[in-house]
Amino acid sequence: MGLPQQKMDATEARLATLSLPQGGWTAATRADALSRVRAMGLPSRRDEYWKYTRPETLVDAPAPQAAIFSPDEAPIFGEIDRLRIVFVDGVFDPDASDDLELEGIVIDRLAESTAHDIHWAKDLYGTLEARGQDPVERPLAALNTAFASDGALIHVKKTPSKAISLIYFHNDETSDAILHHVIKVDPGAEVTILENGPAAARFNKCMEIDLADTAKLHHVRAQGRDHERRAATHMFARLGAESVYKSFTLTVNGRLTRNEVVIELTGDDAVAHVAGACVGDGEFHHDDTVFVTHDAVNCESRQVFKKVLRNGATGVFQGKILVKEGAQKTDGYQISQSLLLDDDSQFLAKPELEIYADDVACSHGSTSGAIDEDALFYLRSRGVPESEATDLLTLAFLAEAVEEIEDEALSDEIVSRLSAWLVRHSRG
Amino acid sequence: MLNIKNLHVKLEEEDKQILKGVDLTVEAGKVHAIMGPNGSGKSTLSYVLSGRDGYEVTEGEATLEGADILEMEPEERAAAGLFLAFQYPVEIPGVGNMTFLRTAVNAQRKARGEEEVSAADFLKLIRERAKALKIDAEMLKRAVNVGFSGGEKKRNEILQMAMLEPKMCILDETDSGLDVDAMKLVAEGVNALRGTGRGFLVITHYQRLLDHIKPDVVHIMADGRIVKTGGPELALEVENNGYADILAEVA
Ligand SMILES: Nc1ncnc2c1ncn2[C@@H]1O[C@H](COP(=O)(O)OP(=O)(O)OP(=O)(O)O)[C@@H](O)[C@H]1O
Ligand SMILES: [Mg+2]
Repeated sequence: MGLPQQKMDATEARLATLSLPQGGWTAATRADALSRVRAMGLPSRRDEYWKYTRPETLVDAPAPQAAIFSPDEAPIFGEIDRLRIVFVDGVFDPDASDDLELEGIVIDRLAESTAHDIHWAKDLYGTLEARGQDPVERPLAALNTAFASDGALIHVKKTPSKAISLIYFHNDETSDAILHHVIKVDPGAEVTILENGPAAARFNKCMEIDLADTAKLHHVRAQGRDHERRAATHMFARLGAESVYKSFTLTVNGRLTRNEVVIELTGDDAVAHVAGACVGDGEFHHDDTVFVTHDAVNCESRQVFKKVLRNGATGVFQGKILVKEGAQKTDGYQISQSLLLDDDSQFLAKPELEIYADDVACSHGSTSGAIDEDALFYLRSRGVPESEATDLLTLAFLAEAVEEIEDEALSDEIVSRLSAWLVRHSRG
Repeated sequence: MLNIKNLHVKLEEEDKQILKGVDLTVEAGKVHAIMGPNGSGKSTLSYVLSGRDGYEVTEGEATLEGADILEMEPEERAAAGLFLAFQYPVEIPGVGNMTFLRTAVNAQRKARGEEEVSAADFLKLIRERAKALKIDAEMLKRAVNVGFSGGEKKRNEILQMAMLEPKMCILDETDSGLDVDAMKLVAEGVNALRGTGRGFLVITHYQRLLDHIKPDVVHIMADGRIVKTGGPELALEVENNGYADILAEVA
């Protein structure tokens, strides 16, 4: 079955602007990913999986420009003890980064490691991404595997003393960055991965996460506040027995964001929580697309996504729980909700369950609504001004997602960013 | 304190007149009770006074210490000293009771040009006042009214009143759902505030509450009007004979 001409043309046009990094241990994987991109074609608006989000600006070459934004607040996670790995428009910045050394952990950079023919990440790089292409194609992730210019390869052997922080800066209005990270956590080890910043005018990021039995990973991400930036991100996580994966994403501003999360629970008793809070005002389009596959017994998964939208902002949620045959005692939960602060904003949701085991408890719900007028009046009748009352109710609405962050210092950081955003945007 | 003159109110959405000329004056330090059949307009009066959306004042006026409250936003009325204990307190998931109350207290102080109360002072005060109402610390930590029993919600209303120290308190059926002991606690709270020159408008169906809070004046509301006003004996009459006699008498 050949690709439609238009799709093929668009794909080749993009590929023509990129060059495949040569040699080293990733060469074969990159070549394979490139041929997969050619076979799939890059996303087009006719694709079912891109029904609610127009992919053109994520696909087209060159990337649309994005103005640089200088927020008048201190960068997030500043007070958190962490090892910093900094990329500016997709290029590693050794001066701004810490030494990539931390007890219990091995950190390599993709761009440097490719000089070698053998590497511990060889079994993972592009492997989890390729697994995640079935049953739904994710061509932008394959494109990433083929062309990623750099990324962090992190092997957590023992629980480190601090968090690993991936920091992305955007300094060039035309930058088009592709980064690919691999994180492997050994049995019994626990790590916190932080990500923040706008990264580039257009950012294609892929993160592959392999959790061994009883490994734990906490991921907290704050996507950059640049109003015009675009991002397509993928997280592919494979969970071993009794492992725990918890991921939270805060998205504030950004013209277009598509965050795909693909989780495979392959060992018994594993736990995967993925949550997101986003607040958007005006030209803001945010898409959370999540696919959780239960392929083991007694696993738990939670998806909690909350969106606050105003002035014509758009939120999208596509979430699926797939329970494979034999994945008994699965506990699957999915909720996606939006708070629409006006009639111009919209929320498009496609929650799905597909279950092939008989002894499971799965629930999902999706709602979209305005501020609760009764609650608003109650607060105002106690003297809380309307704007403050609205903020309070908005934060309350987002709370279920934010509460997924276990670490109090991190969740406080997120709440303070949300509060600041509300103050900036609701007092207009 | 509170002056209501010839107040006419209809629903904004439909052409339905609910209040048809209410006249009422509550003096500082006095407790006025309003009784009246279901649907006569008691809660509507309390909502209109506190500024809820959905009603349209077609005639008349209402002032608090001389200031026209009908022109004010709900939060301005609160800062001016008006408080309504809701007949049906609202549940607010995700907003902690403590956060809510501190935000409210400080918002009112700010609106009046007063200094905000420190977190430590606030904590001390709320613990003390909650204790007097037998509200345990765990309830203060929970989300506003979420999972509270009917009686706990009503006690929480009184706690808010005690913390906000309003000048004019409207209690809409605060007694319904309260057990006998809780009713005594609430009455003690009201009586304590009454002594300091506050005005009260107590909406109730039962004499029971009025045993503990001796009203100075009792009004009967029917079909959107105050149809009869008297002393505490009027409440006893209602308790014993219902509204039939009174309504027949004024018809
Ligand atoms: N928003 C509304 N929509 C329709 N009808 C309303 C609305 N608000 C009030 N009403 C009507 O107005 C009338 C007065 O209601 P209100 O709640 O004020 O009565 P009440 O005296 O407090 O009664 P109760 O003793 O049962 O609490 C009722 O007939 C009620 O149905
Ligand atoms: Mg009523």
